[in-house]
Amino acid sequence: MIETSELGKQFNDFVAVDGVSLTVQPGQILALLGQNGAGKTTTVRMLTALLQPTRGWARVNGYDVLTQGAQVRASVGVLTEQHGIYTRMSAMEYLDFFGALYKLSPANIIATRNRQLEYFGLTEAASRRVGEYSKGMKQKLALARALMHNPPVLLLDEPTSAMDPESARLVRDQIASLKSSQRTTIICTHNLAEAEALADVVAVIYRGRILVSGSVEELKRQTLGPSEYEIHFAQAWNEAPELPVGVTLLERTPEYLRVQVQNPRESNPLILRNLSARGAAMISMQETPRSLEQAYLKLMTDAQAAHLLKAQA
Amino acid sequence: MWEKLQPIWLISRRELRDQLRDWRILGPLLVLTLGFPFVMNAIAYQVVTFVNKYGGDLIVDRLVPFSILIIGFFPLTISLLGALESFVGEKERGTIEPLLGSPLEDWQLYTGKLLAGILPPVLSSLTSIAIFLVLVSKQNLNMPAFSLILQLLFLTLGHAVLMVSAAVVFSIQSTSVKAANLLASFIVVPVTFLMQAESWLLFWDDVNIMWYVVLAVMMLSALFVRLGLAHFQREYLLGRELDGLNLRWVLRAFRAHFTQGAQSARAWYAGLYRVTLKKLAMPALILIAISILTYVFSFQWTSSHLPATITQGPQSGVDFRESLGSVLGWEDAALQFNAPTIFLHNLRATLVIAMLGVFTFGILGALIFFVNISLIGVVLSAAGLFGYEPTLLFFVGIFPHGIFELPALLLSTAAVLRIGLALVTPQTERTIGEILIEALADWARVLVGLVIPLLAVAAVIEVYVTPIILCRFVSIACAILQ
Repeated sequence: MIETSELGKQFNDFVAVDGVSLTVQPGQILALLGQNGAGKTTTVRMLTALLQPTRGWARVNGYDVLTQGAQVRASVGVLTEQHGIYTRMSAMEYLDFFGALYKLSPANIIATRNRQLEYFGLTEAASRRVGEYSKGMKQKLALARALMHNPPVLLLDEPTSAMDPESARLVRDQIASLKSSQRTTIICTHNLAEAEALADVVAVIYRGRILVSGSVEELKRQTLGPSEYEIHFAQAWNEAPELPVGVTLLERTPEYLRVQVQNPRESNPLILRNLSARGAAMISMQETPRSLEQAYLKLMTDAQAAHLLKAQA
Repeated sequence: MWEKLQPIWLISRRELRDQLRDWRILGPLLVLTLGFPFVMNAIAYQVVTFVNKYGGDLIVDRLVPFSILIIGFFPLTISLLGALESFVGEKERGTIEPLLGSPLEDWQLYTGKLLAGILPPVLSSLTSIAIFLVLVSKQNLNMPAFSLILQLLFLTLGHAVLMVSAAVVFSIQSTSVKAANLLASFIVVPVTFLMQAESWLLFWDDVNIMWYVVLAVMMLSALFVRLGLAHFQREYLLGRELDGLNLRWVLRAFRAHFTQGAQSARAWYAGLYRVTLKKLAMPALILIAISILTYVFSFQWTSSHLPATITQGPQSGVDFRESLGSVLGWEDAALQFNAPTIFLHNLRATLVIAMLGVFTFGILGALIFFVNISLIGVVLSAAGLFGYEPTLLFFVGIFPHGIFELPALLLSTAAVLRIGLALVTPQTERTIGEILIEALADWARVLVGLVIPLLAVAAVIEVYVTPIILCRFVSIACAILQ
């Protein structure tokens, strides 16, 4: 489990992280989204006890990041933005080295290393120097390294950055498969589709502050408003629709209708019944797909505008 | 215990393996280790053969030890590259973060890197020296005494630790390999100066002094290791991305420490007493204790050694003044005996103590101070041998101005020593730069607030008061000072 309260980090005059409060439960994946320089990496580094917070507190797997740095680091598996692999070592040597650093027994090191290599499909290349690996293979090896000591907490900073789509998907699938265990995971990413696919909880960070956090659906609702539905007609229908309370008409053409519904469970059957009673021949009623990207971009535009206004004031 | 040491070896072993797989390091190291002793041996043989024709025994005797010193030093320069990039290189390649993210303690990480930096050059140097000694034993060259070989091996080890530990400190403080390499000259140049001094002592052939040099080099090495350990912070490696020299910040920080926020001269002096002088208590006590020992030792040494070496002293005050003038390079010693010259001379000595002290954790600065103290012991002891009462001479010839001059020198040297002590004291919440600025500001406060006024008063008394008192009690002094 990861808990932070008013976590902050200041470098001289620059505030990198400004009062981040988060809770990530075991088994959950939190995606930390934000622009470059928003404070994602600094937050992750504080949660790894690599940087000391200048305010607030954080507990990782029950350990305080300020006073129990070694225990925190022992509980965390980190995948950094740069894969950080020693290119003159073979994958076997590399995993053995980190296994030993995390104080695994020699027998455990061999067993875990072989298991990880097999899991990530690197067994055949295990004795080759890592310098000869493709970017995707290196990233997989870095992920294998982060998992060598079976950490209860995983912190993944840009796990698929600069990877080709195929390798990125492989790594993404492997991260998704880790979710089944009771592991707490934070992913920092710019890839919103990745975040949507993997995360249970999303937090958007802007200039060191958490703008919004919650499930993907909550985030969309908070940012873009209630769910939207499209109703398509079989024949042109020009009558004015009667909509129940809590339903707002967004768009209207003879072929289709777009509405925003506060409470779909109650309102949608009423809408359908009403339209049907008034003779509208409907082909379909479906929720308008809204991506996390839309929500994120809206959030960023609003945040930047607010910041500009504040700066001008 | 082994549990704590094992991670150190893990780090070192990985680094060593990495170095041994890099032909850019391994190639030159092998050439220097295996080839250079043969080159040096051939040169030594040719030089000895040539010099023997003209009876240059001293050069012949000292050439082999000197060659050992050089052979031991060369592989160190190559290995310095590995040490210089030990941390910053990993940072540039992006491999440092997983390493820092491991549960190792800071000292284990630092020591592991340090060991990996020290082992290759030491092994390489020792192998080179061994090959050279085998070659020497097979030729018509004099083998140095065992104690001298031991001294040279210790010196080589000291040079290795000194250079590598300094390089690792630079590697931690730099934000790029390029910047770290540029800083390498701050290691190589002082060490080559040190080696020149060692070579000079080697030709001088004083075994005891060489042991002191070995001890001093070892101490300096230990201090550099301590400096690295004291200031190694994971955060420092990740918290900075650019080598920015913020002069405005430096000046602001220096000014803040120098003024301590005082609005008047009185408040500033109150702060000088309340804040700065209290910090100097410990280094001042250390200096006083060693000064007493130095004085006693120099006094005793002069008493027991000087009679045998004095053959002919100056016959008159005029002779003495002339010989003093020729030693100091003055056309007329009496012309230089004025308050401004004495003040500037003492101020210059204070600044030299500071300059040398800053680069050697205060050690060389303190040494100069002790040399001055030992001179008092030598002069008073020598005066005693000529029939003057040393205690009387002290009170009439030194005390009147010394009461101002000696505390001034003591305080400025203590401030310099404190710079070294502050640097090697762990203060993880502050950077080396911050600590250095504060310590330098303290030194400047002491210099401006106390040392300069005390030296000025001392110079005036030395010129206008001391000679009168001295003349009244010591007749020859009148002749010298006339």
